[in-house]
Amino acid sequence: MENLQIRLRQNAGILTAIGIFVLFYVFYNFNHPRGFAPAIFIQNSNEVFTLAMVAMAQTMAVLLGGLDLSVGAIMTLVNCLASYLLVGSPLQIILGFIVCMAAGAACGFLNGCIVVYGRIQPIIATLATGAIFIGIALFLRPSPGGNVDDDLSWVMTNDLYEIAATYGFFDDGEAAWFQPIAWFPVPLLLIILIAVLVWVPFSRSVTGRTVYAIGSGEGAAYMSGLAINRAKIAAFTLGGFFAGLGGIYLTLQTSSGNADIPQAGAYTLNSIAAVVIGGTSLLGGIGSAIGSIFGALILRTISFNFRIFEIDPLMQPLFEGVVLLAAVSLGAIRVLRVKNTLDLFR
Amino acid sequence: MTLAGITKRYGGVTALDDVDFACSLGSVHAVLGENGAGKSTLIKIMSGVVQPDAGVMTLDGRPVSFARPSDANDAGIVCIFQELSLMPDLTVADNISIADPPRRFGLIDRRAQHRRAEQLLARIGCEDVNPLLRVRDLPLSRRQMVEIAKALAKDPTVLILDEATSALTSADVDRVFDILRGLRDDGIAIITISHRMHEIEAIADECSVFRNGRHIDTFAQGSKSEAEIVQMMIGREISAHFPPRPPPKPPEALETALDVAGLSWEDRLSAIDLSLHKGEIVGLGGLDGQGQKELLLGLFGVLKGVTGEIKVAGKPVRLAAPADAKKAGIDMALIPEDRKTEGLLLPMSIADNLVISSLGALANGILVDRKALQQAVADGIDRMQIKVGAPDDPVSTLSGGNQQKVVIAKWLMTDPAVILLNDPTRGIDVGTKQEIYRLLRDLAEAGAAILFYSTDYEELIGCCDRVAVMYDGRIVNELRGDDITEHNIISSALNISEGTAPEAAS
Amino acid sequence: MTSISDQAGNKTKPWLSPDDKPIVIAGGFVLVILAVGTAYTLITQGTAPLLSPTYLLQQLQIGAFLGIVAAGMMLVILLGHIDLSVPWTIAAAAMMATAVGGPMAIPVGLAIGLAVGFVNGVGVAYLRIPSMIFTLGVNAVMRGLMVAHTGGFAPQTAATDLMEFLAGGRILGIPVAILVWASVSIGAIVLLTRTTIGKAIYAIGNREAAAYLAGIRTRWVIIAAFCLCGLCAGLAGTLLAGYSTKAYQGMGDAYLLPAIAAVVIGGTNILGGRGRYVGTLVGVILIVLLNSVLSIMQMPEAGRQVIYGTVIIAMLLVYGRGHRVVN
Repeated sequence: MENLQIRLRQNAGILTAIGIFVLFYVFYNFNHPRGFAPAIFIQNSNEVFTLAMVAMAQTMAVLLGGLDLSVGAIMTLVNCLASYLLVGSPLQIILGFIVCMAAGAACGFLNGCIVVYGRIQPIIATLATGAIFIGIALFLRPSPGGNVDDDLSWVMTNDLYEIAATYGFFDDGEAAWFQPIAWFPVPLLLIILIAVLVWVPFSRSVTGRTVYAIGSGEGAAYMSGLAINRAKIAAFTLGGFFAGLGGIYLTLQTSSGNADIPQAGAYTLNSIAAVVIGGTSLLGGIGSAIGSIFGALILRTISFNFRIFEIDPLMQPLFEGVVLLAAVSLGAIRVLRVKNTLDLFR
Repeated sequence: MTLAGITKRYGGVTALDDVDFACSLGSVHAVLGENGAGKSTLIKIMSGVVQPDAGVMTLDGRPVSFARPSDANDAGIVCIFQELSLMPDLTVADNISIADPPRRFGLIDRRAQHRRAEQLLARIGCEDVNPLLRVRDLPLSRRQMVEIAKALAKDPTVLILDEATSALTSADVDRVFDILRGLRDDGIAIITISHRMHEIEAIADECSVFRNGRHIDTFAQGSKSEAEIVQMMIGREISAHFPPRPPPKPPEALETALDVAGLSWEDRLSAIDLSLHKGEIVGLGGLDGQGQKELLLGLFGVLKGVTGEIKVAGKPVRLAAPADAKKAGIDMALIPEDRKTEGLLLPMSIADNLVISSLGALANGILVDRKALQQAVADGIDRMQIKVGAPDDPVSTLSGGNQQKVVIAKWLMTDPAVILLNDPTRGIDVGTKQEIYRLLRDLAEAGAAILFYSTDYEELIGCCDRVAVMYDGRIVNELRGDDITEHNIISSALNISEGTAPEAAS
Repeated sequence: MTSISDQAGNKTKPWLSPDDKPIVIAGGFVLVILAVGTAYTLITQGTAPLLSPTYLLQQLQIGAFLGIVAAGMMLVILLGHIDLSVPWTIAAAAMMATAVGGPMAIPVGLAIGLAVGFVNGVGVAYLRIPSMIFTLGVNAVMRGLMVAHTGGFAPQTAATDLMEFLAGGRILGIPVAILVWASVSIGAIVLLTRTTIGKAIYAIGNREAAAYLAGIRTRWVIIAAFCLCGLCAGLAGTLLAGYSTKAYQGMGDAYLLPAIAAVVIGGTNILGGRGRYVGTLVGVILIVLLNSVLSIMQMPEAGRQVIYGTVIIAMLLVYGRGHRVVN
């Protein structure tokens, strides 16, 4: 019982995020004329996927106690790259996927190397590499455009039934056993798969623990004999990989590549917001990428609600800002409870 | 393990000069010396934190060299550092097993890790620590025990303790020593650094003394007297341990500087009544964590929601921040617990650190008067006899004792009437300790009222005119004059003087 | 203006303190940029416009806006914080100043900056929300307010004559904007080196707990620094509106990252506590000259971004800052 209490207390951040998301999302569906329907879920999960990936990418740097200002740029770079590569024969497309994922990871690897071997603060190093990545994206796509395999783009942004129907699995998706899950949105499934198959193993590996240890106290981690450099590079590389996945999905969603600098910046900033709302400490050492997924879900659900209530689009940016401030100020209640001022400085 | 001809330089400073050192399996080897004598560098080299400029290390007769702490760990050399090597945001279980956790399918097996932590904690008598807790949420003394458990988890063949007991309660120290004796009997080599002579007497088999980066002598524990050892450490004769205590003043001659009535805070302080008089050194005693630190912080305006009354020089005051406590008319000063994080701005210069509390007084309008500032810095260095290269050097380049002198000098510049000290001599060499005792007495004689918390009973006995012993947030006894004995302090600290059985400390 | 870096170099000739080294290197790099740019123009056009005082003054006039923003940003970075609300503080100050017009235009612009800075300071100092996220939220709110206020279009209001004079006018051939920048700079130098609050800023940036226990009113100092940063952004916004004779959406977006880059290139530690104002000055000049050389070379945006990022990394690698964690 005591152990359960401790676990709940230590995960208060992410639990709050899940609670807020459920509340907002149920509220949204209640007020939507076609609420609680698969079509809505598909549309919503499409809109969430990229931000969720970029937020997971940001989590990696934040857990180390840093900040990655290049996640939006990596996403954009991979977006532009993918807009050339995701066409042709199935083999070419698969190859394209691999190249794009490798490109994202390579960007992250470069960040990690600069941070580790150049001994430059992550926020500044990624500020600079972000400019470089955007520059390369502009080389690739001076103006928006590109070509993506239509079937692929269609099934990836739809439900499981469409995969089966398009590629002829399970009697074209009509198999009886398949029906209960046929409505499930593909992007949502992908988020779950990525979280379970990539993030969870990483966080339970020694390298993953080392990332937490570094964020909590780098000196102590070094003294404990941990492989700090390797863990940092691994974290940034994984971050680049996640951001790259976001870029690939953006390409599938829009069927084009666009080296849009403001968009890259917006994704970077939103990723920070998502990470914080998801219960990860900006000081490092506490939090998880799963929390960041929920942070991204909350951010997007807020704008879904705006759509429903047909709030003047001009007021929307203001509301977004106020909600963000309100969300982070909730955390400040803790400050009022602190009775020993010195505890504030830790 | 043997070291031969080890030399290490930091910039122009030679920290270790052609040192030979050997320790053997199945014995406890104490390393003694003032701060800056090279002890820390020695163990840093042995544990792979820094690399020697010259010399050879051999382990079991084979030459070894460590590029990083993990290399040393792999060779079976494990160090428990004075500065905690725990990650505060990770759980106790994570911390204990972090370097080599139990794994299943390549991933950390949390259950096995939890069990392992429970076993190790039970072994050192810390069953009360839940391995799921974050280290951040543990009190300092428990954290140090976790640190020890973490070291044991690595199954060392050479175990090094760098002031590892300085944060522990005496009961924990006894338990740790029992374990160390057990390990020694199992054939592990143990090297320990401590400034507490009685602990060395209790545990060590052999002693080595270092001074100014040189290995002076190695001898069997007990073959030299304490005075001889101290003389070896500082290289000169020392007259007395503590400055003489003046005879107690008659009550009518006492002038009250600080009067505290019914001070309470959360569940840590309850109804504290205490008076400080000018010219008096009052000690705070008791087991660690009975509210002594909170009392000092509460008096200094750091704690919120303190109830009760604080009177300074007869006038009631409300203190909401240290800036209030510093104001003219109140004139308080606090030498904080942790000089590295609370007392000093380590990367900043010695000069900046010295004047940081008195800038307001040195300002001429809104601009700081540079001449006055330089003068103040020179005076401060002079008054405390701080050994500095240049006042513009970073304060982090100074030895621990000199750093503490900077903290004290900083506050002396504000001419405090009430000085609060939180364990100011922890981890400081004998020579500087004595200077601090002397200084406290001088300040008291000049009219200051001093409240002095120490974990070292000898200091309380040697320095204080009066000792208030705390237990569970209350002052349970006040000892004066000849009543200040180790026996009285300890029995009050355990709260058994009044015949009540000690309750479990919360 | 390059003489500043030369002076810094001469003064510390015997050995370089860690704080001065980046400044000297950045100063040297400014000269390299000038040399490379001049070589390029000599080869392609046979002229050396980069070395003409008129051209340099014109570039520095444009750089003045960035310089003023960077001065404020430096104070906040020295605290160990950051102000991401600068872009829309600039835009809001410009929009409100032009909307009010008349003699009150400039005071209103400055007041907007001050108010935003105050809110930031309160959020960071009292609510203890990380500045990174709080100022980000404030930026979003300011953007929202301005979008709601203007309807999302460029406002039709125009800058006052005084604003245009301060941003674009000249006194004795020297652009007034440079004089404004110089005044801000002198203010920043005096603040950081000669006042109690300046020392307190460094102290807080090094170790807030120690500064607090030393009797510094850390919350007030944090609020003051954020107010000054907001004030600088407000001033820059007001001047920018004067320079382009009007306010427009997103006019501050191009100033955030270059301001941070200028401060860091100048040797200020992004984690706070260390850095000299002269460095920030050199950093601004470096970025401005780099931009103008690249535009002379007619470098496409893609190349600019890459060069820009590479320069920042290269500079920091040369400084060799940050130590391996030992102890």
